[in-house]
Amino acid sequence: MKITVNGEATEVSADTLPAVLDELGYGEAKVATAVNEAFVPAAARGEVTLSPGDRLEIVAPRQGG
Amino acid sequence: MATFYGTEVASRLMLGTAQYPSPAILADAFRRSGAGIATVSVRRESGGERAGAAFWDLVKELGVRVLPNTAGCHSVREAVTTAQMARELFDTPWIKLEVIGHADTLQPDPFGLVEAARILTDEGFQVFPYTTEDVVLADRLLEAGCEVLMPWGAPIGTGLGLTNIYGLRTLRAQFPDVPMVVDAGLGLPSQAAMAMEMGYDAVLLNTAVAKAGDPAAMAEGFARAVEAGRLAFEADPMEPRDMAAPSTPVIGKAFLE
Repeated sequence: MKITVNGEATEVSADTLPAVLDELGYGEAKVATAVNEAFVPAAARGEVTLSPGDRLEIVAPRQGG
Repeated sequence: MATFYGTEVASRLMLGTAQYPSPAILADAFRRSGAGIATVSVRRESGGERAGAAFWDLVKELGVRVLPNTAGCHSVREAVTTAQMARELFDTPWIKLEVIGHADTLQPDPFGLVEAARILTDEGFQVFPYTTEDVVLADRLLEAGCEVLMPWGAPIGTGLGLTNIYGLRTLRAQFPDVPMVVDAGLGLPSQAAMAMEMGYDAVLLNTAVAKAGDPAAMAEGFARAVEAGRLAFEADPMEPRDMAAPSTPVIGKAFLE
């Protein structure tokens, strides 16, 4: 199915959030996630099933002022 | 010692981690600054990139507390979600709350700021709001649960210093017991010293150090200025006066006419 990952249209075959993260190469990366603008805590990712058109944001620590 | 949400911090200088020429120079600048708090952010990461982990390792080596920000957020929803993601990544309830209302000045959106501060406080965050020197807004932020205020000196990244000295003095005087940090717009150590002389508890800066020709030297310059300004505040400065008053005793002067 086609979803939007960090603003880019992306084709994924998995549908649960942990499986999608694995498929996209995040593995054990230190990232936080939001689906359709709502935060999804790491502990709750297993309960989230993505649908076509969903917007997934994946962020990590960065420099800031 | 400055205290923010019950946490004592030895240094009154907070330093950002962005825009340094290299990670090594960033680390050197932090060492010379003596800063105890570093601001950080969250940004998009692509699969397999692992830039976040590398940056996080660098920050951990600095041995400072982190203050994640919601930089670049223009809506309450965006700021709240960003704060939630930051809390998970950095494992801290502290959040430097930015809700930007104007693209050219990066001026905070006062209405969104108060709303977001209330939501985040209710969720257990300890909010450091990036605000203006507006006393009414400050009052609303305190009502919303903020226990620290961070008024701007000038718009972010301008280096203009304290552009509204009257407003900053008034804000400081109105809420003498609230920890306050002048955040943003500083370009020179003298400006930081002035903020500290006015009784601000700390200053937060980034660009002035990161974009200096020698960031580490500038970091040390700011550290000394912050210390000097604080010492002066604690020493209870004299009142300025319009008329001259001789400092050398008049009595006993030789009569030579």
